Amino acid sequence: MSESGVTGDGVRGVRPGRQAPTGAGGGRRRHRRGRGEQPMVPDAAFSSYYGKPVLKKPTWKPLDIAGYLYLGGLAGASSLLAAGGQVTGRPGLAAPAKLGAAGAISLSLAALVHDLGRPARFLNMLRVFKPTSPMSVGSWLLAGYAPLTLTAAATEVAGRYRLLGSAATVASAVLGPAVATYTAVLLSDTAVPSWHEGHRELPFVFAGSAATAASGLALAAAPPAQAGPARRLAVLGAALELGAFRVMKRRMGLTAEPFEQGRPHLLLRAAEALTAGGAALALCCGRDRRLALAAGAALLTGSAALRFGVFHAGVASAEDPKYTVVPQRERLERRGR
Amino acid sequence: MRDGDEDRGRLWYGPQPDVAGDSGYPDAPPRMGFFTDTSVCIGCKACEVACKEWNAIPEDGLVWTGMSYDNTQGLGADTWRHVAFIEQRKPFGGQEPGVAHEDVDVFAAAARLGTDASSPGPGATAPPPGRAPEGAPAGQISPLSPDGRTELRWLMSSDVCKHCTHAACLDVCPTGALFRTEFGTVVVQEDICNGCGYCVPACPYGVIDQREDDGRVWKCTLCYDRLGVGMEPACAKSCPTDSIQFGPLDELRERAQARVAQLHAAGVPDARLYGESPEDGVGGDGAFFLLLDEPEVYGLPPDPVVTTRDLPAMWRHAALAAGSLLALALGSFARRPR
Repeated sequence: MSESGVTGDGVRGVRPGRQAPTGAGGGRRRHRRGRGEQPMVPDAAFSSYYGKPVLKKPTWKPLDIAGYLYLGGLAGASSLLAAGGQVTGRPGLAAPAKLGAAGAISLSLAALVHDLGRPARFLNMLRVFKPTSPMSVGSWLLAGYAPLTLTAAATEVAGRYRLLGSAATVASAVLGPAVATYTAVLLSDTAVPSWHEGHRELPFVFAGSAATAASGLALAAAPPAQAGPARRLAVLGAALELGAFRVMKRRMGLTAEPFEQGRPHLLLRAAEALTAGGAALALCCGRDRRLALAAGAALLTGSAALRFGVFHAGVASAEDPKYTVVPQRERLERRGR
Repeated sequence: MRDGDEDRGRLWYGPQPDVAGDSGYPDAPPRMGFFTDTSVCIGCKACEVACKEWNAIPEDGLVWTGMSYDNTQGLGADTWRHVAFIEQRKPFGGQEPGVAHEDVDVFAAAARLGTDASSPGPGATAPPPGRAPEGAPAGQISPLSPDGRTELRWLMSSDVCKHCTHAACLDVCPTGALFRTEFGTVVVQEDICNGCGYCVPACPYGVIDQREDDGRVWKCTLCYDRLGVGMEPACAKSCPTDSIQFGPLDELRERAQARVAQLHAAGVPDARLYGESPEDGVGGDGAFFLLLDEPEVYGLPPDPVVTTRDLPAMWRHAALAAGSLLALALGSFARRPR
């Protein structure tokens, strides 16, 4: 230990941060970033090992995995629009939805394989089936879903084997909602505080976000006369997404904080504005071709921003020991040790 | 979300007395584990070195942290034992070893070496059998120092993979690369791991990680190769103070309880076990600890819970959400059929 001299200006020669605090409440106080936000919970004092994170942050590449969350949702809900368009006789709506689903799921698969540490071993995903692993369940789901959407799209483009195409379209619509929502379980089934604590509402957020993305694509690509269901789905999806997100943040307490700070905050605010704006635009003037295109673009971008925002907020919550230690400490105290 | 926890049995949560049997080993040996008694850890890092050498773990960067003696910083793909150093302003408690010997003239003592019974010559440093060193109460830990010069203490603790009873890494692994051994430990099969990285954020202790140039994940194997031939893991073998103890988990738990009682009696009220209870959020750790402060001070989570405990609830909510999405789509088409 060095000698320290106390002067009129304070303590000289003190080396800050060298002494770890003792016990549960001795830690430094963290100051909130993001002025203007109302704190949801008071700042918590806590101990940590030199401020180091307790958890390992996800090794997933944001573009691959957040991109996959987005594309998977886009594909899953597009399959619903494709089947609906097909059954109700809206070929102008069904065709872009089928192509969108096939394109999005193909890109998803590429992103998923690219994200692997050993891409050549991607088939090991189908080595076992484990219900305890959302990634295993998802792999099998995609293994069934992707060929169906590709068949639906191929028959649409070729204009042949229509019966096979119809069957594939309907079958992909059965799996589509699962593809769109299981990704929420994929994130929640981790120790990452801001992902895990939202495990009840996150599937609904993702379901709504998938609906807005798919309706955005349909609005942009389908003739306005046939895009009525897409406009309605945009509004319903936006309501589900924004409502569920609000409920989720209220229920999460401290672990909702990463959603309100830094880059995730910007992304999620943008997502909110784009989704709400896009849905409103679709509802009021979706019959105008150019405005429908703008609404579609806003909805597509908004959904992507939401997925990236949720992804980055989770990573931020894993990087700060506060979000691991404080809720666990509170849980212990509630239980009376 | 606590509903159905009991019905779910021992598959994903709660006490599980027979982990190996539950994983399909009919005649499994007793569950093996570590008891790391940090009250006798001297921070020598022999365990870190032994682990690296035995398992041929690559160098992972010598970074100067400037925060303590700890430049290793934490467990990771290339660090399977990590010694934490914590410098605290806190009374030593019963650990006061009385290291200041101002009243002893070492040169005079050296001159007397070998001349009388109380000062045996070189090679005879241990006290005679059955007798404690002078001034030390036999079979006990030194009591509190009377003058209380105890403003600083060091905590040192060798961290390791906990080999949880309910291991989240194993649960979420989509390839089956992570598996439960007959000893009840959790090991990665490196010829199967495809580097999906799911186990990394799933671990509630932040243990397992991806090796960057390799792409696969790595962690402590509890020296599965050594266990298979009846040897103890390299870290435990190398520990000079027996801070790291290896053995059947039942026996270690008994030993740990006795040690905590001994420390409490000796005036170290802070001593507590961490990860020992089968009732905790991960069903008890295969590698548990005796700590002298709150777990988070050592970088350990105070109340870890295996994420899979909530998985049934997650699947239920996802199914409801999928149903909602389907309902929204039906609603969108149902309104004005053409």
